[in-house]
Amino acid sequence: MAKTVDQYFDDLQQTRVWRSIFRSGTGSSTLKRALAIQQNVFLHLFSTKVRTRMLSFSATWYLGTLTLGTFFILVGTGIPLMLYYHPSVPQAYADTKDLQFVVSSGLFLRNLHRWSAHAMVFLVFAHMFKVFYRGAYRTPREFNWVIGVILLLITLLLSYTGYLLPWDQLAYWAITVGSNIASAVPVIGDKIHFLLLGGHAVNANALLRFYVLHCMILPLTAMFFVAIHFWRIRKDGGLYSHQSEPMTVKATNGSATSGKEAR
Amino acid sequence: MAEEKQGPLGDELSRRKFFTKLGLGSLSIAAVGTAAFSYQYLEPNVLYEPSPVVNTGKPDRYPLDSVTLDVNNGIYIIHSQEGYFSLSAVCTHLGCLTAWKQELGIIACPCHGSKFEQSGRKIEGPAPRPLPWKRIWINDDGDLLVDRSTDVPALARDSFVRI
Repeated sequence: MAKTVDQYFDDLQQTRVWRSIFRSGTGSSTLKRALAIQQNVFLHLFSTKVRTRMLSFSATWYLGTLTLGTFFILVGTGIPLMLYYHPSVPQAYADTKDLQFVVSSGLFLRNLHRWSAHAMVFLVFAHMFKVFYRGAYRTPREFNWVIGVILLLITLLLSYTGYLLPWDQLAYWAITVGSNIASAVPVIGDKIHFLLLGGHAVNANALLRFYVLHCMILPLTAMFFVAIHFWRIRKDGGLYSHQSEPMTVKATNGSATSGKEAR
Repeated sequence: MAEEKQGPLGDELSRRKFFTKLGLGSLSIAAVGTAAFSYQYLEPNVLYEPSPVVNTGKPDRYPLDSVTLDVNNGIYIIHSQEGYFSLSAVCTHLGCLTAWKQELGIIACPCHGSKFEQSGRKIEGPAPRPLPWKRIWINDDGDLLVDRSTDVPALARDSFVRI
């Protein structure tokens, strides 16, 4: 009797190599499924168990997950773009043109990067509005809201630094205007402007600094805070739902039991 | 008397505290030093930026009552009845390059709509200050030179070059 695909997969999971990588073991018992999450370095940030109603579309509109999705797309398209782009004044604009008109699939990657960046900014704001209007920022989740605000700022800085890289007129003047806004900071404004640009005007140093910020410093910082953001979801009692609110109102309803309803 | 009763353990603890403080103290000093050196590193000591002094050519390039924008250097060379003078073409609002509107006789910024007179005086718009006047002089070869890093008082006698 021929084996089904599922049976081949089961066999694979029994092999010594598989078992040495995934220690949680096979099977679909609650314990095994919880262990599969808990013993995975990436997934252990999340709760081992989630109520299915929390995974319904209406609970979150999946806005946070979609934001993460755009971030992955941006990393996945950004790294190939780095292979053709030189952050230097004579080459930057020409490389951008090459990516659009010469490099195979360059236009696709660049546009995917650009549209995902726009989508990410939109989704971050949508995610924050959803969290705000549902009241999911309240105790005990205040700190995760703060982390979220930091992530918003990093997202905007990533947009801003990426904007300069094509080195066209739009980029040049946008960064001229934007960096002059930084000069408006009291007392140290001109210093910030000088350090940000590595000079007094948008020039070779500014292009290189924005490139390093855009490709290294800001993405790594973002990943660091995203990790904390996800870890805090579990630590703060999972995704927010009205049922997870403290029972202060319902306690007056004659119910003697207080505290939290089961999530 | 109380000090004498302190056993070797007490001495050990205070020595440990001392070394802990010593260690943390040195680390703090090293951290401050690292911060200072990092700041210095991020601040370039040499800038390969264009010289602030630019040669704008012979005065007869600029006819009487003309306003000429030098796009690459971000300045205007204006030949008025009083003489030649130079104006920064960089908007005092957020640093965009302004343009001379011949038909209106004004300098206008394309970014946020600031407007200036030919003398640099602000007419309207978000710009907080008038366009600054720049030092202008004639060198031995008879070329007009402008120092973009030096502001001079607007409409002052010395701010013009007369031939």
